[in-house]
Amino acid sequence: MKKTVTVTVKPVKSVRKRMWEQRYLFLLLLPALVWVILICYAPMSGLYMAFVNYTPKGKGYFADLAQSKFVGMNWFKFFFQTDFLTIMRNTLATSFLTLLFSFPFPIFLAVCLNEIKSARVKKFIQTSSYLPYFISWVIAANIFITFLSSDGVINKILLGLGLTNKEILFFQHGPYFWWIIAVANGWKVLGYNAIIYLAAISGIGQDMYEAADVDGATRVQKIFNITLPSLKPTIIIMLILAIGGILNTGFEQQLLMGNDSILNYSDVLDTYAYRYGLKNGMYSYGTAVGLFKSVVSFILVMGANRISKRFNDNNALF
Amino acid sequence: MRDIKIKKQYAPSDRIFDIIAFIFLALVVIMCVYPFWNIFIISINDATDAIRGGIYFLPRKLSIASYEDILTRSTFLHSILVTVLRTGLGTPLAVLATTALAYVLSRQELLCKKPITLLFIFTMYFGGGLVPYYMVLKNLNMLDHFIVFIFPNLISVYNMILVRNYIEGMPQELFESSKIDGANDLIIFTKIILPLCKPIIMTIALFVAIMHWNSWFDAYLYTNSQSLKVMQSVLVEILNQYQTTAANQAANRAGQSVTPDSIRMAATMVATIPIIMVYPFIQKYFVKGIMLGAVKS
Repeated sequence: MKKTVTVTVKPVKSVRKRMWEQRYLFLLLLPALVWVILICYAPMSGLYMAFVNYTPKGKGYFADLAQSKFVGMNWFKFFFQTDFLTIMRNTLATSFLTLLFSFPFPIFLAVCLNEIKSARVKKFIQTSSYLPYFISWVIAANIFITFLSSDGVINKILLGLGLTNKEILFFQHGPYFWWIIAVANGWKVLGYNAIIYLAAISGIGQDMYEAADVDGATRVQKIFNITLPSLKPTIIIMLILAIGGILNTGFEQQLLMGNDSILNYSDVLDTYAYRYGLKNGMYSYGTAVGLFKSVVSFILVMGANRISKRFNDNNALF
Repeated sequence: MRDIKIKKQYAPSDRIFDIIAFIFLALVVIMCVYPFWNIFIISINDATDAIRGGIYFLPRKLSIASYEDILTRSTFLHSILVTVLRTGLGTPLAVLATTALAYVLSRQELLCKKPITLLFIFTMYFGGGLVPYYMVLKNLNMLDHFIVFIFPNLISVYNMILVRNYIEGMPQELFESSKIDGANDLIIFTKIILPLCKPIIMTIALFVAIMHWNSWFDAYLYTNSQSLKVMQSVLVEILNQYQTTAANQAANRAGQSVTPDSIRMAATMVATIPIIMVYPFIQKYFVKGIMLGAVKS
């Protein structure tokens, strides 16, 4: 932490003069300002849209919005009385399973990679492991659908090992879908997340390992007594991020891999809001569901951050 | 430094760890590489022969008919053009806008620095949701225009923070002395920031380019016209057309050199190969970038 303390007392300049001095800075800021207002803040009018009965009358979104009838919490009530439980079950199930797959493995991968002495082998494994991160969900979904199809590789392996005596139709059983999404999510971020832990490991002082060597520690002892404890702050931050995003189970993957026969299991908050809000034209309803999600997510992030601040000041995100 | 360690007796726990680690790493490599390999070999195998199945590690009968078929389809070629255009145009613009914002927010003297920064950071945690967003784009007349690919993706606040941290890590005297030499912020930005931030700019450029190359959802939602179809959308269409074995066998009986399946594999490869080719070369940049992201301020 480097904090500079200005000692020289500068003459106080007027705000106008400082603005003129910074005119080029504001010029550089202008595109971003236009962007953030149009792309980020204008859609927050959805806060209001969720409480009215929005019907497009052709006068433009904002004019129509101002003229829409106020209905209070009706859309939220409607959601809670109808599909809330199913959608939340799917969202949370997918999310927790995703956490299960995408949390421990990158840590373990980083620890294993750190133990590899050959730089070339290490690089090869690393390069392979973050390949999935860089391909589109369209292709990833294609891979999963191919491999999990009735005559796909996975079924061939399961049959060959005698683990099943009939092909499993993975995309026909609702609860399987949660697992498929979780595995797909975990597969995609494995190598990418491992880099973050690897970075943290490389920041651990070598003197600790050397001291442990002198004491005759085994490698496993060093992993458990030095590496993992040193990773704790990083793990906490990653956990905070994961908890903050617990309602973000993905979107493209659900749309690309899901099908109508398992909609009762594949539908999560995002896809549900999309389906009703845009596909079925129930704009206000879709907005209300989206707003519910945004608010809960926001509270989760803030809460998680506060908790981590209590643990350790340096671990908080902001 | 650690490889000059004195050889010592392996502890049994280390042996077990080695075995588990080996199995785990082998599985990781297989899971991350094999799917691509499998699709690749099927895509270069003769289509009717491939229906028999059993192609796991090497192609049985080479044929590039599927690639010929798909690369002569005008819809697919056009979609590649749209994708290349959006990537080629969207990436430099996004990098420029994001870096400019990062530079501005890195200046200590900026008026209202805190509230302006907060204005941007807040959007990482709260948004209006999909439906109002769609409505705003509609109101801005961006739907079904090429601009819908470029403008909404102009800035990523996350990338901005990466660049800002990078700039803040540079010696600040650099900017002060250029100011004294009479350079204004525009000159500092173009002449000092852009060249000196090359590593981090490469990193975010890679991320943005891959985002553009891979994006399907925004095209799916916000465009309708055939002329704006991106590659991933056409890919989805090809994937959806795939009607399992029935269509394949029909093609087989008709004696065609391609099947829905082989087209699917070839199209997947066409979309994937550029990424596989490009990323080993730039990976040193993005590993650095992710690490910068991890060591946030």
